[in-house]
Amino acid sequence: MAVEYSWPSKEKSNAIGKRVKRLDGMEKSTGKAKYTYDVNLKNQLIAKALGSPHASCTIKSIDIAAAQKVPGVVEVMSLKKDGDKIEFQGDLIIVVAAESEGAAREGVAACKVEYDQQPVFVKDSDLAAAKAFSFPPAKPGDKPIPATSAGGGKVQLEKEPGKDENADDFAVKEIERLLKESTHVVEAEYGIDAITHCCLEPHGSTVEWNGNKLTAYLSTQNVSGCDEGFANDLKIAASDVEVICNYIGGGFGGKFAPDYWSTAAARISQKTGRPVKFLLDRDQELKIAGARPSGYIKVRLGADSDGKITVWDSEHWVTAGATGGAVNQTVIPYVFAPKNYRRTAINIKTNNGLSRAWRAPNHPQACAITQTAIDDLAMKMGADSLEIFMKNLGTDDKPLVAGAKPSVYKAEMERAAQLMDWKSKWHPHGKGQAKGSIVDGLGMAIHTWGGGAGQSSCTIKIHPSGEVEATCGTQDLGTGTRTVIALVLAETFGLPYESVRVNIGSSKMPVSGASGGSTTVGGISESHRRAAQDAFAKIAELVGKKLDVAPEKLEAVNGRVQSTDDAKKSVSWKEACSLLDMSPLEVKGEYARGTKSSLSSSQVGGVQMAHVEVDKETGVIKMKKFVAVQDIGLIISPQQAESQINGALIMGIAYSLFEQRISDPNTGAFVNADLANYKLCRIGDIGEFVVEFYEPESERKRGVIGLGEPPVIAPGAAISNAVANALGVRVSPLPLTPQRVLAALKKAKA
Amino acid sequence: MAQRILAPDPQSGFSRRDFLRGSGAAAAAAGIAQQTQSALAQEKGKQVASGQQTVKLNVNGKDHEVKVEPRTTLLEALRYQLDLTGAKPVCTDGSSGAATVLVDGKPMQANTMLAMQAVGKKITTVESLANDAVPKAFVECDAQQCGFCTPGFVMGVRAFLNMKPKATEEEIRKGLNGNIWRCGTYANVIQAALKVVKGGA
Repeated sequence: MAVEYSWPSKEKSNAIGKRVKRLDGMEKSTGKAKYTYDVNLKNQLIAKALGSPHASCTIKSIDIAAAQKVPGVVEVMSLKKDGDKIEFQGDLIIVVAAESEGAAREGVAACKVEYDQQPVFVKDSDLAAAKAFSFPPAKPGDKPIPATSAGGGKVQLEKEPGKDENADDFAVKEIERLLKESTHVVEAEYGIDAITHCCLEPHGSTVEWNGNKLTAYLSTQNVSGCDEGFANDLKIAASDVEVICNYIGGGFGGKFAPDYWSTAAARISQKTGRPVKFLLDRDQELKIAGARPSGYIKVRLGADSDGKITVWDSEHWVTAGATGGAVNQTVIPYVFAPKNYRRTAINIKTNNGLSRAWRAPNHPQACAITQTAIDDLAMKMGADSLEIFMKNLGTDDKPLVAGAKPSVYKAEMERAAQLMDWKSKWHPHGKGQAKGSIVDGLGMAIHTWGGGAGQSSCTIKIHPSGEVEATCGTQDLGTGTRTVIALVLAETFGLPYESVRVNIGSSKMPVSGASGGSTTVGGISESHRRAAQDAFAKIAELVGKKLDVAPEKLEAVNGRVQSTDDAKKSVSWKEACSLLDMSPLEVKGEYARGTKSSLSSSQVGGVQMAHVEVDKETGVIKMKKFVAVQDIGLIISPQQAESQINGALIMGIAYSLFEQRISDPNTGAFVNADLANYKLCRIGDIGEFVVEFYEPESERKRGVIGLGEPPVIAPGAAISNAVANALGVRVSPLPLTPQRVLAALKKAKA
Repeated sequence: MAQRILAPDPQSGFSRRDFLRGSGAAAAAAGIAQQTQSALAQEKGKQVASGQQTVKLNVNGKDHEVKVEPRTTLLEALRYQLDLTGAKPVCTDGSSGAATVLVDGKPMQANTMLAMQAVGKKITTVESLANDAVPKAFVECDAQQCGFCTPGFVMGVRAFLNMKPKATEEEIRKGLNGNIWRCGTYANVIQAALKVVKGGA
């Protein structure tokens, strides 16, 4: 029987779309869940490492003799050699493995390394300084390496150049003409500082060898893909590696590969014949294990008398650290696509830790540095920001936005405005009623993301006893992966979701994609629904024979397999499975990324609105209320999806108000690489949250779409816009620290 | 090895501060900052400890023998020797709250306390709360995502509600700022704590 893969309607769904408790909730809440850091292997060594104290230097000499003599130290391994260049602070130089953490740390302290310091550049926000700086040549005689490099760009104009006209000259003239003819022009700079991933479980692993086979308990968001990473580095067969990650303490885009420190752990383990646990220290996690690039921009925006944007002209510059790299120019200006624009990107190389994918790469920065300019247009006009955003959406036939349809954004904006009580709270920028030194303000922003299903394969095993078991080489970043799989199977087999046994977290399980780019829930829903529908078709054949009902006329509901025409013609799920006789039924499910499917699709839109209070005397900003309305197609597990949005809003508040990587301009040192000074959001900082999904049938029928990235994109612009609305003054860059608020107010007064 | 630990030695010229400095461990230094009170209390009876010792720790109502050095933190002893890994090593200075345990009923950061300081005290870890209302409420309200910091937060809420069983939402928002959450489910933690206050979990 050919199976047509589909989801049941909202009314007919018994499991998907229901609010349920996280399947592994109690394990996580009572300390039973074993994360990589928690895996203790018999006779294990603990490894700690020496990181470079300097941001830019060459290693002159390494002396590990004293470290080797420290009682309890078993192995000291240099990762660098004399003459090696270090380009950011914290880069690991020596790993010490010992009987205890204390001994390992003492060993690290006993290492002696001499450095030849080089010039440092970390002033990524200062374009003029970046343009004036060059790094010393790689080899004597080579040319110095400029800190800045071209990052691409694009010009799009409604008018075409004349026949004999040079296209570049025409573009310059045309942009100037359009700006000159605009009724309103915003000319300003915006920015957002670099942040780090700051996973609470640091990067690392606990590894052990059994003969020539390596077992690596790795903190990773890419279980199925990391065996190869170890194998390539260690020159062994990938099939001799098993990567296990039952629980991961945060990834956010930073944990896709084993990293050189985990392969170092494997080498030490091989050499000593003992298991090795090596997780980075907190400061190392912040310095070397991933950062989100900064983003700064110079904008000129022109609009007609109605507030419709007629022209956009921008140059932005960012750093991804020592590799250079940029916020991709293709997402500038963010979501909005005016008819005329010119955008240019500049990459800056600095002596900072390397960037890694951070939730929705490019998008949060692009949103924060461009939708602020659109809000400044509203400020300039004395207009309602909501109206200006609305006016620039275009129509579904002629959209002026990318990503979701204008009609989706419009509906979401209207709903968000209702939930925020926008109309009654709104006042023009800087014109609110002050309570003493406190003023309040509203701001909004919109976002988009793809979120198409990732590659995923799985095995479903149905035992003659009726037990259902799913096995998939995926992972749970916090999404609720186990819960989603259980709900999909429970829906298909008409069973309680808690009864489904879910196995995930090993590279020896069927290959499933990395959790990145909001691809996991889509991918695992695809593979498991497919396998489950195929499995049910087989069971239906057996039951059909027994009940004398055509198999396609059978459905699984409430623990029974029954005729769709006559519910009395039924058998219990257990009885149905007993027809399998002696051996279990095993069915594979597979989904290849990009395959067109009725189960999943991509491209979502979301709207966020923030209400803040700002104290003009202290510069302190307080969140009053945050509203998020989000389209994600069909929602499998609403409770966990809602948590994902809550979490994204909190990360958003963190990078909008508190969080920044602070580099000493002279030494390049990451001066706040600890949790006391690398400020994150605390429970008292969040205000009230209202989260709502936009799930009319028109969106639900699109199928499953990922949610990890979208809601973390808009908070920066929404909060910055709310602060601008409160003060009548733009504060930039993010995070909007009290000193930046006060400085902006002082500048506006002068 | 000589069992001199925690034996007051009035003749010794070493103060507790000297002993900590001598151990040279960063964790011990952090311990000083966090444990001022207990340090002051212990200053009265000077003591010396060195090398590895076997001591008894009372954890979750049971005595356990563990081998510790003066520099061994309570967190290391719990995690590496007793395999009680609910308390997590997230920071080194207590600023994350992820290593929260109860020591004689009071919330302490196990990573800023030396194992030897915990001798003779009653230590409670998250593993003992399997039937407690707080973790149940966390699950009911989905107050977790990746879950790495959740045990510390569960202990924080337990300790806070022990002190303030009738805490209001306002008090919960103010009183639980000692724990950091990176995935961010604070909104649901507030709901979970309120649920426990109302006896709902």
